Amino acid sequence: MTLTISDLKVSIGDAEILRGVDLAVDSGHVHGLAGESGSGKTITGLAVLGLLPHGSRAAGRIELEGRDLLTMPPKRLNAVRGAEIAMVFQDPATSLHPMVTVGVQLTEHMRHHLGIGRKEARERAVGLLAKVRIPSPEAAVDRYPHQFSGGMRQRIAIAVALACEPKVLIADEPTTALDVTVQAGILRLLRGLCDDLGLAVLLVTHDLGVMSAVADEVSVMKDGLVVETGPRGQVLTEPSHAYTRALLESLPGDGSELPQEER
Amino acid sequence: MSPASASSSEPGSGTAAQGPTAPAPRGRTGRGPRGSRRPLARFLARRVAVALLLAVAISLVTFVLTNLVPGDPVAANLGQRALGDPAIVAQWRADHGLDRPLPEQYLLHLEGLLHGDLGMSQQSHRPVRDDLAEFVPATLELAGTAIIISLVLGVAFGVIAALRRDRPSDHVLRLVSLIGISVPTFWLALVAFYVFFFRLQITPGSGRIDPGLSPPPQVTGLYTVDSALAGQWDVFASAVGHLLAPALVLALYTIGLLTRFTRSAVLEVLGQDYVRAARAKGLPGRVVLFRYVLRPALVPIITVAGLAFGSLLSGTVLVEAVFAWPGVGQYAYKSATTLDLPAVMGVGLVVGLVYLVINLVVDVLYGVIDPRVRVS
Repeated sequence: MTLTISDLKVSIGDAEILRGVDLAVDSGHVHGLAGESGSGKTITGLAVLGLLPHGSRAAGRIELEGRDLLTMPPKRLNAVRGAEIAMVFQDPATSLHPMVTVGVQLTEHMRHHLGIGRKEARERAVGLLAKVRIPSPEAAVDRYPHQFSGGMRQRIAIAVALACEPKVLIADEPTTALDVTVQAGILRLLRGLCDDLGLAVLLVTHDLGVMSAVADEVSVMKDGLVVETGPRGQVLTEPSHAYTRALLESLPGDGSELPQEER
Repeated sequence: MSPASASSSEPGSGTAAQGPTAPAPRGRTGRGPRGSRRPLARFLARRVAVALLLAVAISLVTFVLTNLVPGDPVAANLGQRALGDPAIVAQWRADHGLDRPLPEQYLLHLEGLLHGDLGMSQQSHRPVRDDLAEFVPATLELAGTAIIISLVLGVAFGVIAALRRDRPSDHVLRLVSLIGISVPTFWLALVAFYVFFFRLQITPGSGRIDPGLSPPPQVTGLYTVDSALAGQWDVFASAVGHLLAPALVLALYTIGLLTRFTRSAVLEVLGQDYVRAARAKGLPGRVVLFRYVLRPALVPIITVAGLAFGSLLSGTVLVEAVFAWPGVGQYAYKSATTLDLPAVMGVGLVVGLVYLVINLVVDVLYGVIDPRVRVS
């Protein structure tokens, strides 16, 4: 396993947000993390990067290839962030710096983590933009995020995440802010990158339709706990937990390919 | 000082609404994604053109307002005996161009301005231009130092307060900024002068340099710069010493204001997704702070700073009076009370132009900091 989370507990003030989460993501796999808002999906993703909100405490283990990220000194953790674990956020309109060119945002962490020069970083940036299928990547590096559409921006954000060739990619609701037609393209891209690069992808989403489209494994969270986990087919067709069934039933009509269980 | 405030509200208000999170509405409706070939140059040219138009408007407003002031300059300038003699009064009015219709007076005034002629002061019997050349640099030196001090300290304090939110240093800085905002400048000037000069004797007294020294040869009119240029380091030290206390007093209000605005602007940016994304990229803390936090936060900060510097200028009148600083504030006060209209107009014009320059700088900085302003 590339990324293993065991018995992760997070509390902010008196509130227990995570109450012992267990999760494992392997390279070349997309692990879908489902659950309603407030169930702790996003906090789980942020905990992996050590980006929990101010004043929160975390306990348990988060292992990246055997190294515990929770007890890692801040400096070493900062060297892992962006380099070995990268993140794609929900809304590309706000997760890219509006006043800095795409090129700078693609190269700044590359140059920092990999210690490469400006020219080489720029060439890589162009290559990355081509990889996520941004048209005319040579010109795109000198433009600003607001000059791209939402779907293009999310592709850029994915390119930024991939820049240092990380082992783990955490994608937090990467399609939620996008048009339905654009969603499919982003998901295909993520799936392809996962297969080609052997990425371990943790896909956080509340959308079971998204989940069924790309995930290999699925975990379902409720109230800070993983209530069900397993291969996609098993969880989505034969859910063992009442909450998973409730989630599946809450799907609108287009969930026809998913079986409706009786209460 | 009303002409100045009239000019400051116009260029400032259009951009004042831009917060760090404000989207770029012009990006969609503008000239398309590419923009023009050299967007920054075009942006600058447009701003300067607008500033020039506003400069003419300022001259008109100062002229009209000055002439609307109730009061008779003749009565203010001639003695009782002379006033009784209609011939002397008429002669005096003719000498000062006051017998002509107002529009003609304005055109003459404008023509004079183009030649750098601001008329004769009725008080000092010298060209207003010479008076201003003597007094304006003193004020610019004082106000400029205060502006630099307040920018450096205000922004630094605000950033520290935001990064250490709800910790002791934040509370201390909040108190400091509250004092800075609420204490009246004239009172603070008096207390500072009394405590630090009369009691503790750690600051030099009034004026721009020690009485025993002679001013450096005039190049810029700024004693610190001129003395350094001339290599007169004793004068330089004395000029800096005399400058610090009044500049700090003058700066305290803007320090307080900028601390508060910087704190809230930085806190707002800290909550942005792209800051979290920058941390997720494992960037060093200083890159996150300067590129991702401070740069967007500067947009609202410079908006406030531009407006605050306007009020700082009016504060110089009081500070100059207390510290016997021979600046334009004192000159303006004397001219206004004696209805020395050419001098009043000259001061109004200069103050208006300073406002104009401040607004131009703020507008240009928007474009430098936020490319969306110039690209689209």
